[in-house]
Amino acid sequence: MTSRTPDRPGALSTVATPPRPAVRPAEAVIIAPGIAVRGHLITRGPIRREGPAKLTGDAQYADDLVFPGAWYGATIRSNLARARFLALELDPGFDWSNVVVITAADIPGEPLMGAVKGLTPDQPVLVPLGGEIQHHSEPLALIAAPDRRTLRAARRGVTVRTEPLPPVFDPLDSDKVFVSHDVVAGDLAAGFAAADMVLEGEYRMGHQEQLYIENQAMIAVPTEDGGVTVHGSLQCPYYVHPALMRALAIDARQARVVQAETGGGFGGKEEYPSLLAVHASLLALKCRKPVRMIYERHEDIAATTKRHPAVVRHRTGVLRDGTLVAQEIEVILDGGAYCTLSPVVLGRSTTHAGGPYRCPNVRITSRAVRTNTPPNGAFRGFGAPQVIFPVETHLNRIAEALGISPLEIRRRNVYRLGDVTPTGQVLSSSVAGLEVLERAAEAVDFDAARAVTQQARLTGQGWDSVATSPLRSPDRPSASGIGIALAWHGCGFTGSGELRYNSIVTIELDATGQVRVLAANTEMGQGTRTILPMIAAQALGIPSDEVEYAPQDTALVPNSGPTVASRTATIVGGLLVNAARQLRAEVEARSGGRSFAKAYREDAARHGPSRASAQYQPFPGQPFDERAFTGDPYPAWGWAACVARVDVDLDTGEVAVRDVVAVDDAGVVVHPILAEGQVEGGTLQAIGYATIEEMKVQDGRYLNDRLATYLIPTAVDAPRITAIMVESPFDGVPHGAKGLGEMPMDVGAPAVIAAIHDATGIWIDRLPATPERVLAGLTASAGANESGRPGSGGHDRPGGRP
Amino acid sequence: MPVEPPVETPRDLPEAFRLLALAPRTPIAGGTDLMVRITGEIGSPPDQVLDLSRLDELRGIALAGGQLTVGALTTYAEIRRSGLVARSLPVLAEAAATVGAVQIQNRGTLGGNIANASPAGDTLPLLLALEAVIEVGGPRGERSIPADQFWIAYRTTALAPDELVLRVRIPLVEARQVRFRKVGTRRAQAISKVVLALAWEQADRKDRWGHVRLALGSVADRPIRARSTELYLEGSRATLETADGAAETVAAEIRPIDDVRSTADYRRQVTARILHRIIRDAGGW
Amino acid sequence: MTAIRFLVNGAPVELEAPGMRRLLDVLREDLGLTGTKEGCGEGECGACSVILDGEVVVSCLVPACQVDGRIIRTVEGLAARTPDGRILDDLQAAFLATGGAQCGMCTPGMLLSARVYLDAGGGPDEDAIREAIAGNLCRCTGYTKIIEAIALAAETGRRPAGA
Repeated sequence: MTSRTPDRPGALSTVATPPRPAVRPAEAVIIAPGIAVRGHLITRGPIRREGPAKLTGDAQYADDLVFPGAWYGATIRSNLARARFLALELDPGFDWSNVVVITAADIPGEPLMGAVKGLTPDQPVLVPLGGEIQHHSEPLALIAAPDRRTLRAARRGVTVRTEPLPPVFDPLDSDKVFVSHDVVAGDLAAGFAAADMVLEGEYRMGHQEQLYIENQAMIAVPTEDGGVTVHGSLQCPYYVHPALMRALAIDARQARVVQAETGGGFGGKEEYPSLLAVHASLLALKCRKPVRMIYERHEDIAATTKRHPAVVRHRTGVLRDGTLVAQEIEVILDGGAYCTLSPVVLGRSTTHAGGPYRCPNVRITSRAVRTNTPPNGAFRGFGAPQVIFPVETHLNRIAEALGISPLEIRRRNVYRLGDVTPTGQVLSSSVAGLEVLERAAEAVDFDAARAVTQQARLTGQGWDSVATSPLRSPDRPSASGIGIALAWHGCGFTGSGELRYNSIVTIELDATGQVRVLAANTEMGQGTRTILPMIAAQALGIPSDEVEYAPQDTALVPNSGPTVASRTATIVGGLLVNAARQLRAEVEARSGGRSFAKAYREDAARHGPSRASAQYQPFPGQPFDERAFTGDPYPAWGWAACVARVDVDLDTGEVAVRDVVAVDDAGVVVHPILAEGQVEGGTLQAIGYATIEEMKVQDGRYLNDRLATYLIPTAVDAPRITAIMVESPFDGVPHGAKGLGEMPMDVGAPAVIAAIHDATGIWIDRLPATPERVLAGLTASAGANESGRPGSGGHDRPGGRP
Repeated sequence: MPVEPPVETPRDLPEAFRLLALAPRTPIAGGTDLMVRITGEIGSPPDQVLDLSRLDELRGIALAGGQLTVGALTTYAEIRRSGLVARSLPVLAEAAATVGAVQIQNRGTLGGNIANASPAGDTLPLLLALEAVIEVGGPRGERSIPADQFWIAYRTTALAPDELVLRVRIPLVEARQVRFRKVGTRRAQAISKVVLALAWEQADRKDRWGHVRLALGSVADRPIRARSTELYLEGSRATLETADGAAETVAAEIRPIDDVRSTADYRRQVTARILHRIIRDAGGW
Repeated sequence: MTAIRFLVNGAPVELEAPGMRRLLDVLREDLGLTGTKEGCGEGECGACSVILDGEVVVSCLVPACQVDGRIIRTVEGLAARTPDGRILDDLQAAFLATGGAQCGMCTPGMLLSARVYLDAGGGPDEDAIREAIAGNLCRCTGYTKIIEAIALAAETGRRPAGA
């Protein structure tokens, strides 16, 4: 049931508006062991593998697992952003005999952690006595007790003594640079000299919380060989595995990592579970019992990673017709207290900073710096949303100043086949920027729709009468607008990341005749467990339900790399096709011309088990130089466009996003329903980022560390989202798939901000566009509005600021 | 897992009052506020709890003597479903619909909202604007407290430690106009940034406004009446000048603060703009 | 400790528990019904939603003392139990067909909110469905396919059997 590759590479095909799926009432059909559905499920693609278990409550997430005799663990944390850790005092009046306490001195192995291979470890497992606390909620000590009541009492018996040190909160004030880049293409001075107009702007974004519905959770079980097995909610078993080996000084066999059913990750369970697994394991090894560390929401938000806040500055030179001739871009990411993944995130920010636009003269400088907040880390989009919102908003301001439509200026500048990017990559295949743009525009009849909103704004029904006084209601209570945004997103790791992992995928035909995929890539809702067997089955020529997906357990599956960077379908899927083809050839060679499908069960019975593996091989193209930041940072790019329609309440500044059309090029769509699910979910996260999701930070502490105060969109806040899939296959992998999961996160926010501008005439240069910011913009624009026409607020002067 | 303080479940009011006479107990009705406290995340958990859920005499909605009487244990869902409310005071159902989502409306009670005394309590400004009377009782008997004397300081009510909220009486007034507006961060399940309830009496659209009551939530340490603005509006007509003057008066009258949900400036401006809008709509210009 | 008796998914339950224990903990820890999930512990996310006397409630905000003598339905009670195994109900089947479950953590609560909506005669109207599930946060789906599933179940439920 896969939606297959079109005949021509690069050809455009879409999944047409589907007929409603249906369940026909009839006899019960078994769909999972012990679970049936009445009648035939009519749907587009195989059902989600673990869907029945998730729908019946059978699915076992970490906190659902039962380990008899397990103790409960907790973390003692700092309540200052920067301080010296002087002492940990245990109440002598409390009975500590039944409690274990761990401090940094108890760590048998390396005291510092690094997020991934190749990055300098700088994050302490626990801050040592006498050491420096670098952020609020930093782990200082661990305790465990046989029951929660004792644990709660023990926590009260722990006192932390600290001496405050001066913290740094503004990334612009930080003198500690984790990493920086300087990318130069062409001649910037000549570009600006040739420009008819130069526009400057500064854009800011705050933290965003991943807000997976399942909190971080880990259970460590000590093993007889002195090692530990952890069961947890995690994205990357082979990040946790080496982290356990390093910190606990145990070998590869003594460390075992098993993924429990995982209730969402979005990047938030990329690196943090390594730290949590080490914590739980330290306690388990000391008390010799399984130890459960299940975070509550408050602790999860307070202590774990967020999307990096960013400051991005643009100075852009254009010709009168909108052609970009010079882009000077500065990107500053706030890394928080430790390096973690910041260099990798910054790499993506840097390669994506110019947006999907051809420009001959470019300079991109970027840096990730340290501040005294909890470390920032991976979140869907991974540094791209922080640069796409600025470049898209800046381009809209240029278009407005030149009197060109936002659609037309994108048409003029979007990369075409053969164009060269600032790092020198020649875009030689699968370049679908124009296609996704046109599909999005066509789906909503963009020009016509915008003409209506513009007319409303210019004829005094909206903009001109928006406000005359901050305390007065405007003539119209609300205004509507439409906005468009476009983005590119590099597939897989930036640069030579894949080379470092050398991922291996295995497919086996066991002695019973069962075909099984062995890979470390995790299911966390996005569909890995369903699509990888589909890809294998396609290559083997058998139905996908005849292929099993082995559990993500480091004792069973090889390291096929982390489940991040939208790499699962494209990179891991590609390796899987190669492995499956080998297995198929092997079996078919033994079977005297019979197809794999007909022969494989008998082959297993006759010849015993067979296995085939495939390992990552570099893609053709220019190698990427990570120091100079030149070459091909990604083997291929995905393309995405988004159109948002909003209503702005002109009394309160509240923004309601009504409708969104999201167009994404995934190369090839493996499973239409799961692919749309990625687009719809990513789009809503982007809308939250654009409108209401704001982490308020005071003295380095997140003030809204609860779900009553950090708000994400509910079903009544969510717009109607239409996902349109474009397929521009990537010829570097046998099945043509590119990444998908992150692209919708890149384009949602700039589309919403553009729509707010279309409705009201105000430019929001700081995410999110809270009602407070929108109302401030509306009332500030009132004064400017009396003296001139829309858009005359100083925007189009050279050197003007938004 | 949260702390689990001891709890008693009286079967009727006299039993509840007997228990309250012995020692102070924190009442639990629908639990939507108290059960958050037992997690220890916000404030300290109560020492002893009194479960009101079996006190059926505190349930129900009745209409008599020109007053709507709502039992303290009446849930928001019951208020929304009530035909009596829909016919006699639809704005109460409108306000109940803005409290949380279905799950909270099914459990949260009007009495709980009153006793919890949150400055952001969604229904409280409406009760103030409608001049509701809160009937309370305890071992020493029952008494009536006008809404504008009930919330006396930050999260503090006029209730004695041994008293419970029993019911609310809301006078129904023939020519009364009522407007309610909640501004939150999102459209469902959000704690308010500003709540505004405005009531006035006016037999005909051209008439001057009388008996104006303007009440606000989330702009002070408790739900408040904006008395200067009421005075300004008393006897006026819904003109642009009135709207401008009322908006300026209310903006000058309130002292909101910056907090995790919004800013003082925003709250002041939005209060003024919503009031301006309501007067504009009432005037039809 | 208090003796508490109630019906859960049709089966009578009797246990001794502190009266202020959260229904969520009674279900998950005392009864092993781990299909009910905890997402926030303060009634904001809806992951722990269950049906109490026909109404959807968040079980993290319900003390055990208030469920004595009452009827509770959890996600484990949706599929019909037969000698051959369980058969998904129309709503679960619709979630499977449309892709309404992704990570699955909001799914049990979402199903129960939707169940009450449908049982009360709710139809395929999108806005009504959105309001019915506004207390159940989902971070994966953007709600699109959840709404589609509930609408589909509403339509399936209205069709005569065998159609």
